[in-house]
Amino acid sequence: MSIDAELVKDLKSRFRDVSDSEFRGQTRVVVRRDECFSVLEYLKVDRSFDMLVDLTCVDYLNYRDATDRFGMVYLLANTVTGTRLTVRVMLNEPDLTVPSVTPLWEGANWLEREVWDMFGIEFEGHPDLRRILLPEQFTGHPLRKDYPLQGRGERHNFPVLTRREA
Amino acid sequence: MAIEQLPENVVVSRLDALGSWCRKNSLWPMPFATACCGIELMATGASRHDLARFGAEVFRFSPRQCDLMIVAGRVVMKMLPVLQRIWQQMHEPKWCISMGACASTGGVFDTYSVVQGIDRFIPVDMYVPGCPPRPEQLIQAIMDLQDKIQHEGTIAGSEFEVASRQQRKRALMELPVINSPQPAIPRH
Amino acid sequence: MPLTAVDTEQTTQEAQDYLWTLNFGPQHPATHTTLRLLLKLDGERVVDAVPDIGYLHSGFEKIGEHLDYNQYVTVTDRMNYISPMSNNVAWHHAVETLLGIELTPRCQYIRVIIAELARISDHLLSTGAMGLDTGAFTFFLYAFYQRERIYDIFETLCGARFTNSYTRVGGVLHDITPLVIEKIRDFVRECPKTIDDMERLLNRNRIYVDRTKGVGLLTKEEAINRSCTGPVARASGVTRDVRKDDPYLVYEDFDFQVCCATAGDCFARYYVRMAEMRESLKIVEQAIENLPQGPANVGVDERTALPSKEQVYQTIEGTITHFELVMANRGIEVPSDESYAATEAPNGELGFYVVGDGSDVAYRARCRPPSFINFALFPHLIRGHTLSDVVAVLGSLNIIAAELDR
Repeated sequence: MSIDAELVKDLKSRFRDVSDSEFRGQTRVVVRRDECFSVLEYLKVDRSFDMLVDLTCVDYLNYRDATDRFGMVYLLANTVTGTRLTVRVMLNEPDLTVPSVTPLWEGANWLEREVWDMFGIEFEGHPDLRRILLPEQFTGHPLRKDYPLQGRGERHNFPVLTRREA
Repeated sequence: MAIEQLPENVVVSRLDALGSWCRKNSLWPMPFATACCGIELMATGASRHDLARFGAEVFRFSPRQCDLMIVAGRVVMKMLPVLQRIWQQMHEPKWCISMGACASTGGVFDTYSVVQGIDRFIPVDMYVPGCPPRPEQLIQAIMDLQDKIQHEGTIAGSEFEVASRQQRKRALMELPVINSPQPAIPRH
Repeated sequence: MPLTAVDTEQTTQEAQDYLWTLNFGPQHPATHTTLRLLLKLDGERVVDAVPDIGYLHSGFEKIGEHLDYNQYVTVTDRMNYISPMSNNVAWHHAVETLLGIELTPRCQYIRVIIAELARISDHLLSTGAMGLDTGAFTFFLYAFYQRERIYDIFETLCGARFTNSYTRVGGVLHDITPLVIEKIRDFVRECPKTIDDMERLLNRNRIYVDRTKGVGLLTKEEAINRSCTGPVARASGVTRDVRKDDPYLVYEDFDFQVCCATAGDCFARYYVRMAEMRESLKIVEQAIENLPQGPANVGVDERTALPSKEQVYQTIEGTITHFELVMANRGIEVPSDESYAATEAPNGELGFYVVGDGSDVAYRARCRPPSFINFALFPHLIRGHTLSDVVAVLGSLNIIAAELDR
């Protein structure tokens, strides 16, 4: 698609280290973490990608040929022309912080809280970063690959009520 | 006056049986509907499979006004204290139906956050298998519960003092926490 | 009693001390799902609403990393449990996009039919529940009766009333039979009368209109900024529908309209859903009349769908495909890459971001949940309204807890 190719060329000329790929008709760009906010701001303001469709993360711990541990994924869409773009930011331990995009898209508020809850990635500048899906007292980040599916016994840790007590 | 001489419009019975008959025919359910089974619970209460025929007309959402708690759907560890609190708020005599596979054993979800069976933490009287159970199954469970109430029920609720109801369920055995299984070996 | 300008400043400070926190849920009749709201009330006015979710978080995305592409469809059923077929279609659409599989025409038509029936079922329940929560019980029963007819169709098709994991990679579980087509034709003929009845009950009902008009206003810019999709966004003027913008399956072949409104309040959302039901009936009618002949699953050469038993026993390709798919450490050939594919679920844009790693099990199966994103709107919509409007707004957003928490 010519629009996407031109967009990618534009991004590559403005920002350093932007790599792109295409798969099944979808254009993905990988940007550096220190530029990701500027890239997303540019895409929103100058390129009118006004809707943030989704914001998620992938843990590449067990992935073959993976170079980084975490990959943040931002799915953007332009509601007027209908173009979509995937922006990825790679992160490594121990420095798992990323600037929050809540100032750009208000819908990112809860999506970032969920990524913090599930993966443990901190978002700088997020107004209210706390757990959203799991209880506040929960420790651990379940969607990481080193967390077992059945948990570490948290689900059994409750008082029992028999007929005598209740 | 001897029994043979009673007129036809007099019935003699035990107080326990009479009390149980009244209670079983007016079970007011407290729907603790969390997930998909909640929709089948609503369908059971809707017009085609009408639960109101069995006396369960009013789905009161206040625990103070109900006697039957139907836990329909998976119970997550964040929700379990709420479930226990509502159970404690219900007045005696009270019964519990665990509807669906997720409430009975955890169902499809053997994960870090789903409680593997509410009978680990709440006393349960009737289990309904299914994912989700058809409305007919739920109605059968309520009818079986009505039989249970009729046969075991006492006016003072002393059936709940029986030792077998006081102990923890066998399902409370600790399950071993296994490591996540490795995915299938890739082809190339 | 209206306050004069002199009084306002003094009483605001006192009023701050008297804000009353009401805990709404997680077990509550109006929310037919398990979500919790902490409402800060000033008398009857809601000053702030803090949602607290996670009471149904079951680890769906973690399960996706341990189940096959065909096994996970049973779990997607349980996400938006009001319209499970649309989740199945969405999941397999995403998987087939990743694998690059082209479906047979008959399969595409079947999937369109079941997705639209699921949409009708979802809208019937969401409007029905909205009616129930605002007091219209008859409306709810009419809606449920039609939903039972849709359940009959699904039961005849695949055996389960709902949570029917009907789609498979490369096709569907089994082909559609003439009896099912007959039932769908009957349904399409009779459902419009019920929708007319339902509209007659509520559209000009003074109580309902007063409770929903002007309540929960959402502007178009806010909707886009907050990533809203689906009827919630379309009722605010965002003319975005994945079926028209990024057509998938065979939606390009059908003549239907995207229903939008500009008011952005609860009544507009209800009205958009009622109109969408009629459009879906049109699509189902067109699809049923033009259903192409041919196989429902992709051919054996694709090595993705299980072949029929005749093919397995009588042709060599069938046998090979059967072995390839069933034996351990064989299976579907999956590229080591990631892709995102979205469909228009009744609640909004339901997409799956699937990361494949060469094996039969997804490496990451992320669901883009429309209910989760729509629920984040709630504090914004309810500010300044009264306690009784909470129920109307919550009903109009159609929050399904299982999709909200996953």
